[in-house]
Amino acid sequence: MEWITLTIDGRTVTVPKGTTVLEACRMNEIPIPTLCHDPELSSYGSCRLCIVEIEGMRNLPPSCVTQATQGMVVRTQTTKVRDSRKTILELLVANHPLDCMTCQKMGDCDLAKYAYEYRVTGELFKGGERRHLPLDDSNPFILRDANKCILCGKCVRACEEVQGRSVLDFSFRGFHAQVGPAFNLPYSESECVFCGSCVSVCPVGALTEKKMVGQGRPWEVEKVQTTCPFCGTGCNFDLNVKDGKVIGVTSNPEAPVNGKALCVKGRFGMDLIHNSERLTTPLIKKDGEFVEATWDEAMDLVAQKLGEVKQEHGADAISVLSSARCTNEENFLMQKLARAVIGTNNIDHCART
Amino acid sequence: MKTLLDPCCDRCTHTPETPCRDYVRCLTEGPICHDDPACKAEKQRLLKEIKPNEENQQIFVCTGTGCASCGAHNIVDSLNEEINHQGLANTVNVVPTGCHGFCEQGPTLIIEPRQILYTLVKPDDVAEIVQKEFVEGERVERLLYVDPLTNQPATTFANANFFAKQTRVVLNNCGFINPEKIEDYIARDGYKGLTNALQKMTPVEVIDEVKKSGLRGRGGAGFPTGLKWSFCRQAIGDKKYIICNADEGDPGAFMDRGVLEGDPHAVIEGMLIGAYAIGADEGYVYCRAEYPLAIKHLEIAIRQAEEVGLLGDNILNSGFNFHLFIRAGAGAFVCGEETALIASIEGKRGMPKVRPPFPAQSGLWGKPTNNNNVETWANVPHILRNGADRYAQFGTEKSKGTKIFALTGKVNNTGLAEVPMGMTLRDIIFDIGGGIQNGKKFKAVQIGGPSGGCLPDEMLDLQVDYDTLTKAGAMVGSGGLVIMDETTCMVDIARFFLNFSQSESCGKCTPCREGTKRMWEILDRITKGEGKEEDLDNLEHLAVVVKETSLCGLGQNAPNPVLSALKYFRPEFEAHIRDKNCPAHVCSALMTYSIDPDKCKKCGLCAKSCPSGCISGDKKTPYQIDVAACIKCGTCADVCKFGAVIRA
Ligand SMILES: Cc1cc2nc3c(=O)[nH]c(=O)nc-3n(C[C@H](O)[C@H](O)[C@H](O)COP(=O)(O)O)c2cc1C
Ligand code: SF4
Ligand code: SF4
Ligand code: SF4
Ligand code: SF4
Ligand code: SF4
Ligand code: SF4
Ligand code: FES
Ligand code: FES
Repeated sequence: MEWITLTIDGRTVTVPKGTTVLEACRMNEIPIPTLCHDPELSSYGSCRLCIVEIEGMRNLPPSCVTQATQGMVVRTQTTKVRDSRKTILELLVANHPLDCMTCQKMGDCDLAKYAYEYRVTGELFKGGERRHLPLDDSNPFILRDANKCILCGKCVRACEEVQGRSVLDFSFRGFHAQVGPAFNLPYSESECVFCGSCVSVCPVGALTEKKMVGQGRPWEVEKVQTTCPFCGTGCNFDLNVKDGKVIGVTSNPEAPVNGKALCVKGRFGMDLIHNSERLTTPLIKKDGEFVEATWDEAMDLVAQKLGEVKQEHGADAISVLSSARCTNEENFLMQKLARAVIGTNNIDHCART
Repeated sequence: MKTLLDPCCDRCTHTPETPCRDYVRCLTEGPICHDDPACKAEKQRLLKEIKPNEENQQIFVCTGTGCASCGAHNIVDSLNEEINHQGLANTVNVVPTGCHGFCEQGPTLIIEPRQILYTLVKPDDVAEIVQKEFVEGERVERLLYVDPLTNQPATTFANANFFAKQTRVVLNNCGFINPEKIEDYIARDGYKGLTNALQKMTPVEVIDEVKKSGLRGRGGAGFPTGLKWSFCRQAIGDKKYIICNADEGDPGAFMDRGVLEGDPHAVIEGMLIGAYAIGADEGYVYCRAEYPLAIKHLEIAIRQAEEVGLLGDNILNSGFNFHLFIRAGAGAFVCGEETALIASIEGKRGMPKVRPPFPAQSGLWGKPTNNNNVETWANVPHILRNGADRYAQFGTEKSKGTKIFALTGKVNNTGLAEVPMGMTLRDIIFDIGGGIQNGKKFKAVQIGGPSGGCLPDEMLDLQVDYDTLTKAGAMVGSGGLVIMDETTCMVDIARFFLNFSQSESCGKCTPCREGTKRMWEILDRITKGEGKEEDLDNLEHLAVVVKETSLCGLGQNAPNPVLSALKYFRPEFEAHIRDKNCPAHVCSALMTYSIDPDKCKKCGLCAKSCPSGCISGDKKTPYQIDVAACIKCGTCADVCKFGAVIRA
């Protein structure tokens, strides 16, 4: 690998060639605020919060899309840089409902974090026009509050680049620009498959998990990494647990199989855990009624019945059907059971057509 | 009837499928492949039919968008009728052309070879023109153009200061050929630049020639064209594209429209030469849909060029292929920005992208792409036809050649004027433009559209070239010159341009989307008399942040009109804020109306016209305005015949 050396805030740092200035800073624990950057998405350079000063370059280049070069001299904390970042944050805040108290995103909101860090007051452009757009409450999973949207475009890229759906894009111009489904349709009427990738990347409270609203603040929640039980893909995510109760699911960026991507079942289907109708023990039918039983009782019963069938009609009278939604290991065990224990080759699963 | 394009005899083998390398030269000097006096005579006769001379007089009637909207097509019809009627059809020819540049005086017509210019022509004038010009050999004096500088009628168009002070290189054909006929273009040395490039030069030599000419991009930024081509030539790629940017979205700019409507083949020839130099075989003209005539002429031109084999495969038997397509834009200013333009051609929303990668590396559909402005492309044939040195004799050290400016606003001669780079603003506005309308005083010129700046009269002696203007806080931009007189309020103008930039912002980046809105709000407040002392500092500070942090040229330049107005006209802003006064009497909220009792003749007209009924008086008492109830509509001042209403 080729390496280059540059100076950032007076420090000499060495990074691999092809690194952006932002990456070079992050590799060296030099903080840069970002709102539209996401290492999993294409570079966009739209929020302009990550600007820095670079000797020999005009204006204030955004570090997230500027390649680091040999001998480059970068300054990330000059008065001019900090002052411009503050003005950009003031501009965002001037067109933002400051509902932090009731906002689901509070505590995990990048805009609130940087506004605090840069001592934004909201005074500079006070009294100017603000958006008053309707809430999109059209579906059970995603709550969209366009008034909180900072038009970072992350959801647009996530939907296109991660999910391959291209449901979202920009519409309108200037101050009236918006991000959302085509023709400004509600999510429910769009081609959305409710994978929630857009929610997982939104840096503010514009897109939130509807069922988590009012259920817990980020600092009250314990995140427990787990593997999705729904299918064989093996996605990982964080169960959000408050007071011993799962209140929802959020992406775990470190998930080895899936990154931040999930499908509608994994992300929004976990309410089954606390469903009152959920089966928690095996049931055995006695005298026409299902009666709760232990696992041992249930297993014994199944073994006994299968044994009887095999005894009377031979092993090939039994056939085993497994599922593509099970893991490879589960399917392997199933065929083992069929062939080695029951003694039949009648084993198949739903996706073998 | 035989035309110049038809083969002279069956020895001519040229077709698009079996192209002859000498085709273009053959039409004007031929035949080349065989020596036959009869063929030669026939070609010369056909050529003569196209070019005006005493036996074949021509009336060039402007049917450009401006003149067409004033009824130029009726004039063409009436002329044809009258000429037939008088039995002159064999010696007089009516040629509908593109813009003469003199749109203020349209419909215009020029009679060649005598160079007579008639302006503001109406269908009723036609009979008289034909009778006088072609029967009696005299002038229709009343239709001659009277020069505002000399008060003399111009005896020929070349005598009028508007034309005399111009140097028409790109506009050389505009107004003097029928843009719907490729043979007209060829008769005036068209496609000879292409022939030179294909026959005598390697692609790299073509690029070197363009570099040597000093041509810089006419689309705004003034990037050296030859250098730009070399980037795309050097880029690695199996497929390359070239683009002609004809989005022309600046309010007040219409030179690209003029060129496309009046001389579409010049753009096509320029693109052919560029494609050969770069190694591209496919091109797109991205033309705004609001230019239907330009699109129509381009379509015809492309079809004709294809029919004679000047577009397509194996052009002039050189092995070079080039196919050209038109894409109509949907009318967003930002689609003129080249990365947004590329997205728009691809069928996506027109939004700029961060660079790098530059289009030369990854442009249209991810392939190396070179984009130039209409006027840039139209300069190229001249360079290849006459050589870089001839071209470079015009202009200044660092800005070579000529530039077309669109003169609009409070200037006498609204229209298109092509001048050598380096001419002063004063010469353009006062000599060519004929000065300010109605004898009013010049106040400022807004140059470069919403990205440019407002320059005051102290700057009138500035040379118009890329570097000088940028230093002064304006820019050549596309070449729009909006001239303002003393009745223009600079705060109002700054607000106008900002409103344009704000509504055209694509919304992608924060400073442009949100910042221009807040800048507009501050300016709006000032024009309403609600400005605060700290507003100017906040405005200036915000302007600098928007300029330095925006993603594309729209946001980076949107603050220019404000910053330049603050630089040169700050006292006017302060008067609005401190004295609640608009010195130009434009901002209606800052105006007060009163009636001068000495001048008031007690006619009562003002009271009758006042929509809020706040004027009282009668035959004995002078009329008076109740200031508290006045809504400042200005009707009273407009209707008073005695100038008794004072606007202050
Ligand atoms: C907001 C914006 C609008 C633009 N509009 C135009 C336009 O209408 N026509 C044009 O030729 N260039 C326009 N440009 C400049 C183009 O991006 C590009 O620089 C130009 O077409 C390059 O051609 P040139 O090198 O021949 O000048 C615009 C740029 C910006 C930022
Ligand atoms: S999105 Fe962030 S800044 Fe906006 S209301 Fe919610 S917590 Fe506050
Ligand atoms: S939920 Fe998934 S499919 Fe729907 S808009 Fe978001 S990213 Fe696109
Ligand atoms: S909804 Fe969220 S992710 Fe999408 S553009 Fe708005 S702020 Fe960005
Ligand atoms: S694809 Fe969906 S169901 Fe399957 S593991 Fe991932 S989140 Fe769960
Ligand atoms: S500067 Fe304006 S037009 Fe350009 S990308 Fe940003 S928002 Fe869009
Ligand atoms: S300005 Fe209009 S409202 Fe005021 S007095 Fe005159 S006419 Fe009446
Ligand atoms: S993070 Fe770099 S521009 Fe948004
Ligand atoms: S349109 Fe006729 S002179 Fe310009």
